[in-house]
Amino acid sequence: MNHRAQIRLLPDGRRLHLHDGPIDIVLEAFGEAEEIDQAYRAAAHRFTTVLDELCAELPNLRAPAGPYAPQLIGPVAKRMAAAVAPYADRWFITPMAAVAGAVAEEILAAMTNAADLDRAYVNDGGDIALHLKRGRFVAGMIDNPEAGSLFGAALLESTQPVRGIATSGWRGRSFSLGIADAVTVLADRAAMADAAATIIANAVDLPNHPNIVRVPARELAPDNDLGDRLVTQAVGPLTSHEVSRALDAGVTTATTLLTEGLIRAAALHLCGQTRMVGGPLQLNAQEKISADRGLVHA
Amino acid sequence: MPDDAIRCDACPVLCYIKPGRLGACDRYGNRDGQLVRVDPHVVLDRALERGTSIVPFLGREQDWDGNIVGSPQTFVTAIGAGTTYPDYKPAPFIISSEIADVDMVTVVTEGIFSYCGVKVKIDTDRHLGPECNLVRAQGEPVGHVTTSEYGSQMLSLGGVRHLTGGSRQEGTVTCDTLLNLCNGKPVELSVDEGPTVVVQAGKPPVIDNISEERMRVGCGSATIGMFAKQWFGKVDDVVVVDDHITGVLSEHQAGKLLGVPETGIKIRGRRSTPGRYFQVAEPGTAWGGTNIEDPLTILQPFKPRSAWPGLRLLMVSTTGEHHAYFELDEELRPVARELPPELRESVARIKENCEPAMCSVIFMGGAGGSLRAGVTENPVRLTNSVRDALTRVTCGGAPVYIWPGGGITFMVDVSRMPENAFGYVPTPALVAPIEFTLKLQDYADLGGYMDHVRPLSSVVPDDGRRHISARSENPWPLSASKPNQS
Repeated sequence: MNHRAQIRLLPDGRRLHLHDGPIDIVLEAFGEAEEIDQAYRAAAHRFTTVLDELCAELPNLRAPAGPYAPQLIGPVAKRMAAAVAPYADRWFITPMAAVAGAVAEEILAAMTNAADLDRAYVNDGGDIALHLKRGRFVAGMIDNPEAGSLFGAALLESTQPVRGIATSGWRGRSFSLGIADAVTVLADRAAMADAAATIIANAVDLPNHPNIVRVPARELAPDNDLGDRLVTQAVGPLTSHEVSRALDAGVTTATTLLTEGLIRAAALHLCGQTRMVGGPLQLNAQEKISADRGLVHA
Repeated sequence: MPDDAIRCDACPVLCYIKPGRLGACDRYGNRDGQLVRVDPHVVLDRALERGTSIVPFLGREQDWDGNIVGSPQTFVTAIGAGTTYPDYKPAPFIISSEIADVDMVTVVTEGIFSYCGVKVKIDTDRHLGPECNLVRAQGEPVGHVTTSEYGSQMLSLGGVRHLTGGSRQEGTVTCDTLLNLCNGKPVELSVDEGPTVVVQAGKPPVIDNISEERMRVGCGSATIGMFAKQWFGKVDDVVVVDDHITGVLSEHQAGKLLGVPETGIKIRGRRSTPGRYFQVAEPGTAWGGTNIEDPLTILQPFKPRSAWPGLRLLMVSTTGEHHAYFELDEELRPVARELPPELRESVARIKENCEPAMCSVIFMGGAGGSLRAGVTENPVRLTNSVRDALTRVTCGGAPVYIWPGGGITFMVDVSRMPENAFGYVPTPALVAPIEFTLKLQDYADLGGYMDHVRPLSSVVPDDGRRHISARSENPWPLSASKPNQS
């Protein structure tokens, strides 16, 4: 048990907030009250050691995946390694690409092992692990959170395999090799979605474009797993043709991952343009749904 | 370890953080070699979301009796009051059990002052473009030209329509523009059918690469009135070129009173009253805010009936920046001559009497929605309390003007705020500090989070606080004077 971890119920009385170092999780379980209580206790208990476990083998988690990758020990680390392994022969990737999704999965697993829940989500900073025993989740895609208009939605039924959602992009907290504003992926598990979102976001790119500012990751964060690789720091004006070309590159990669079963769907966003790959996502422009109720306005 | 980076020991990740950068958590950073809790993105209602609650007001040590009169020596601004939420990904996904009950997560992490913008006052007589024309930054529309005010041009930038009502790119550029202006950084703006202006709070505007130095001393007519005596006897006629009202000494009331003889000068333009002309040219960035490059173009030929060879004519702009001196030849054609020393002084004096031209940036934002919920469980009571002057609102400790009417819509001069007081979220929306100061009892009465109230003594020692000196021109936020007004 460490003394850093903060665990508290949010003021709505429904959601649990877990915070430790760089990890922030908001989770919610649905089911019988007693089961929810059990699940939250289990989540809190599991959470207290997660960061320490990861940090104990951090150098190895930052090493590139592949045949020469060091052996990993912890359960979260193993989830990370498994999620990035399918990409190691084609792209540069380290287990860190799946850290948020893997943590979300681990916490969710602790909850579902401890309690019988109808549904649950564990949202680790936008990378989300889902439990869906019965019922469904509706995942809404919001292009512009403040305007509150859903422009697309995915109905996730318990009979479908999607149990993970992740988003990656250069504006996010992690560095990206590409220029996507956001790539959101639906996959069977959160860590898979996390790794795939990283790969697809990296692929949305315009190599050598003069309006894109790239800096070696090491110059920004000396201990980053990307080392001397150039990460995107700014994207200047692009023509719609260029946006289209960058998205095409991402769609090609996403389609490959789709046919290999690594993802179920992906939505790629760049400079106001969106592309969809795969099944469960549907653009639904006619039925814009006001989400005002759930949003926070100043 | 690279020598310019420092190791953060706030958690076991032990990030090496370069100067000016943040660690993996986005909470701790390296500022000039010091590990500080920076929280550059101040997200007030996030504090509530995260269950930590902001500190809406603070007592002195343990025994503040609730009186504002007590004037504690430290006032905690809202800058850094709330930490960043987990993630700044655009996070297009939200999840909900029912679509109408979208309650989640990554979306509610974003968006603070999306209803916000800046009003920019640019001291210049130069024409910055027609009213209502778009103002652009990096090619994206970020605002528009609004009214001309005395010796200055107003721009209205930002607002929810540019921030979130247009394309993503428009919103991002607008947010960036507002953020830089509010944090006192220079921003290049271009006006449709107008020039390019570099605007920076407290600095002279730079219009089409020329730094504006001075405001005009007055309109052309006023300038005649102010300087008629100094010109009398040294020159036969004076034209003060101005986009608004061009003045002519010999026809002007001030010249008449002194007995300046008629010169028969004819100005192209619409005569208002004697010696005062509207619309002598199109607005522009040359003489006196017009498009005049050669001042003689506004004169009609002199007639022998009243003009005479050797007639001395001074033409000058309202800032003294442009001037020319002519004498009529035998054919009564104006010939340019060097400005005589006795007139040089009056031109210099026009300049001297012009105030330095400056850009001022006023942030305007509305705290009408859930931001209030971070302060009280019953948000409308906070609005009422502000209205009843029981609660004082400040912005980074700076006084604000609160608009009458609904909500808490306020304006603040960004130059009175601490450095880098503004942040953003990629919604895009601006993040500005806002503090509500009120009596403890009033706070309890309006449904405040009493269990989160902390004495000041428990806050100050925290190494995460940035201590800044109060600005002497600002009233102390906790002083006894009547709250709520600047």
